[in-house]
Amino acid sequence: MPYIEVYEVSHAYDTPSGRVAGVVGVSFGIEPSEFLCLVGPSGCGKSTLLNIIAGFLSPTSGEVRIGGRVVTGQGLDRGVVFQDFAQLFPWRTALRNVAFGLEMKGVPKNEREEIAMEQLKLVKLEKFAHAYPHHLSGGMQQRVAIARALAYNPGVLLMDEPFAALDALTRDDMQRLLSDVWRKTHKTVVYVTHNVAEAVFLADRVLVMTPHPGRVKTEIAIRLPRPRDPLSIEFLDCQKELLRHLVEPTPIGKDAPRNGGIA
Amino acid sequence: MADAIGADAIGAAGPVAAPTPHRESGWRRVLRTLLPFIVVAGIWEAVSHSGLFHPRLFPTIEAVAAQFVRLTVSGVLPYHAAGTLTRLAAGFALAAAVGIAIGIVMGRWKLAEDTLLPPVSVAAPIPGIAYAPLFLLWFGPGNASTVLLVAFVSSFPVVFNTWTGVKSVREVWLRSAVAMGAGGWRLFLKVVLPGALPFILTGLRLGLAQAWRILVGVEMLAAVPWGLGWMIFGAREFLNTDVMLAGVAVIGAIGLALEKGVFERLERLTVVRWGMMT
Repeated sequence: MPYIEVYEVSHAYDTPSGRVAGVVGVSFGIEPSEFLCLVGPSGCGKSTLLNIIAGFLSPTSGEVRIGGRVVTGQGLDRGVVFQDFAQLFPWRTALRNVAFGLEMKGVPKNEREEIAMEQLKLVKLEKFAHAYPHHLSGGMQQRVAIARALAYNPGVLLMDEPFAALDALTRDDMQRLLSDVWRKTHKTVVYVTHNVAEAVFLADRVLVMTPHPGRVKTEIAIRLPRPRDPLSIEFLDCQKELLRHLVEPTPIGKDAPRNGGIA
Repeated sequence: MADAIGADAIGAAGPVAAPTPHRESGWRRVLRTLLPFIVVAGIWEAVSHSGLFHPRLFPTIEAVAAQFVRLTVSGVLPYHAAGTLTRLAAGFALAAAVGIAIGIVMGRWKLAEDTLLPPVSVAAPIPGIAYAPLFLLWFGPGNASTVLLVAFVSSFPVVFNTWTGVKSVREVWLRSAVAMGAGGWRLFLKVVLPGALPFILTGLRLGLAQAWRILVGVEMLAAVPWGLGWMIFGAREFLNTDVMLAGVAVIGAIGLALEKGVFERLERLTVVRWGMMT
């Protein structure tokens, strides 16, 4: 049985010109320790879907279950990493940022700082434990954010384009690092991206979404062995296949609102 | 793409040890700061020695300095300064406590914001001294009306800035914190308050400047038994311009000391250290 079940989830939001369907009737499951990527153009509802799984948004209809329990709000069973570097608390050092969730859980100071230090080691930032976020580069800040989301040991890691704002070289490093972290921690990951190569590098399975309204168009299993070589023929073939699904024109149903660009 | 944050993140490869403040040689800096004062003092001396004005009306700097020393040694000046500072502390503490509380309530609850913003916006731009006669009638001449007026007038910038600060706490901080199990009181203390701190400190700084201005003014009106404003106003009766100028100098010095000694230090220890303010 899948660990996360997204069942017939729809989400509509209000705009000045009326109610717009963001996501319509999306269903899929995610196995424990699976790395799932949601890929699609902007406006396809992939971030909306992630926010629903995270509990920041309630679906207009349908439901999400994690480990059999219906999601009704945020919970410590999920860690969230955002795209914005500014997600770290600037008034806390890297270590104390990572320890925040444990502090909220009521873990005593010594113990939580010990755990936080281990998490920082996992993302190779133990040397920067006592630095404030504004002294860290964008990539380092995102690594702290990953450590912070893992520190209170949630089963699920939800990531919303965490590396999209990084330069290409740093992004490659971060993808390798995340891949390692995922193998070491066995988290179930839901990862939103619009970057095809990133999805092929990271995912066990990719869901391709289409916009207006957001639906799951198809799913592709990536069966390449890890660590993956982005320059291998097989990798490029996967990338091509994924791209083909992304750019292929989808028939627009007569009920689909022509409300481009909003999301 | 990354917004403003990216810019300073790129430059720093690792944690920079506490950034060493840019140092030009100490003496040069002192000289550069002092130069305009020396020029003004020179002009002052030239005018006062020229005989253009009566020395009682335009005393020389030596005379003011001598008066300053005399007043300090005799304890008159410290006595008045202590009185003024006590009122300032009382009024400003009240303004800070009430102002921050109101600002937070306005920032967190829509209803409070809708209710309080219009009256606050109308009352804030009115010069504080305009309220003085009203306060004197209500609370009688003396300390009570002085302290209350100082608190009332100086709370406006605190309210406004706290309100703005609470509203501008980043959504992504709140979301991350909530995702990590923060809520209610703890979310407020651990995220909203530090997140709004740059604005709150600015509000306090502006509020203190406001308090200082209104206080000296009110001391001249409120028939308080002592205080720098009262001392300056009283000296008028005897044409003691040297006493007035000594009083003005002390007011300036205290204002500067509060600004540099209290607020700049507070900011260096918090928001500047955290990179939330440069």
